[in-house]
Amino acid sequence: MGTFIAIVLAAVLTNNFITVKTYGICPFLGVSKKTSSALGMGVAVTVVMVLATLVTYPVYEYVMKPLKFDFLEIIFFIFIIAALVQMLEKIIQKLSPSLYNTMGIYLPLITTNCAVLGVAELVINDGTMEQFLSGASMNIGWAVLYSFFAGLGFTLVMIIMSGMRERLNYYKTPKALAGFPTAMVTASFICMAFMVFTYIQI
Amino acid sequence: MNKYKKITLDGLIFQNPTFMLVLGTCPTLGLISSATSAAGMGLTVVVILTLSNIIISALKKLIPNEVRIPCYIVVIATLVTFARMLLEKFVPDLYESLGGFLALIVVNCIILGRAEAFANKHTVLESAVDGIANGLGFTCALTIMGIICEFIGNGSVFGLHVMDFKIGMFATPAGSFLVYGISIAVFVYVINLFERAKRVKVNRLARENLLDKEVA
Repeated sequence: MGTFIAIVLAAVLTNNFITVKTYGICPFLGVSKKTSSALGMGVAVTVVMVLATLVTYPVYEYVMKPLKFDFLEIIFFIFIIAALVQMLEKIIQKLSPSLYNTMGIYLPLITTNCAVLGVAELVINDGTMEQFLSGASMNIGWAVLYSFFAGLGFTLVMIIMSGMRERLNYYKTPKALAGFPTAMVTASFICMAFMVFTYIQI
Repeated sequence: MNKYKKITLDGLIFQNPTFMLVLGTCPTLGLISSATSAAGMGLTVVVILTLSNIIISALKKLIPNEVRIPCYIVVIATLVTFARMLLEKFVPDLYESLGGFLALIVVNCIILGRAEAFANKHTVLESAVDGIANGLGFTCALTIMGIICEFIGNGSVFGLHVMDFKIGMFATPAGSFLVYGISIAVFVYVINLFERAKRVKVNRLARENLLDKEVA
């Protein structure tokens, strides 16, 4: 139970993907102009992150490591993720066209998203996971749990950011500051707010 | 010669991947809290970007158009794997400080973007120049912001102690976001000033020409 809480807190708050690790900044800045699209992107990223970990972790642990070609992890992971995203897109298109219309547009963008490859690399890295596990041994359950809550943390920050950017539309900004600079300064304030959580001792 | 000058200036300033196009933001924000790791990341990207541009432009006739993106990704992922092994063996300090961002060069938008927008339409030499220019543009941007962040956040430059006064926030992602945002604003402002001055000069020359003609 302790490990469960530690992983959840670490993934969502203390080691949030956007505000602490700075993974997945492209969609964070690009798709956060409206809350609805931010939510769609967040959910899509979470789904792909969980699926990617579900496939890459066993492939790495049980196939690549025993056969000693684990140095090829980057090439394998990026292909697994690209294939997964393509498959997911086709399945959603077939099963639920309405869901495809709301979520499908974000899916092709996710292949080249740092957050997905980042989580796949993180969970196979013993050093990073050890600090959250508090003695428990790493297995696929913890890996999937971590990636799911990391995705939730990503979605949380996306929604906060999009709310603030919707409000910012009502104010006039100087010409040089319009667009990305304003978004970055806003993101900086969100990061400062999230720094409070580093005081949580797990 | 003029062609290469234009490619170089575009990569370094007018189409600077970090400030003008805002690409490759994840490693930028993650690593500018230290000037050394920022410069190391930049130089790694210069090498990988130049090699990937050369390989892709050399293979552009062989790669079928429908599956070009997976082909580019194979090339880039292979180069990143090599870079990772070499850095781990020969520069372990830099390997440690880059951490997860080294593997994430594969999904860096700059490299795939240059392959898609430039290397598959131009010759090998042009692509190589473009890769070096864009990589150096990225490196300069990262190093400048790295120096600012490290100086304010840690009181040091490239690891050398300079002053005792420091604001710790600038060594965290919050400070990186702030410095990056303000740097973009300043860069865009200066470029706009420069272009306006150029336009005014062109207009004045045109007017003088017109007046001369009327007088004549």
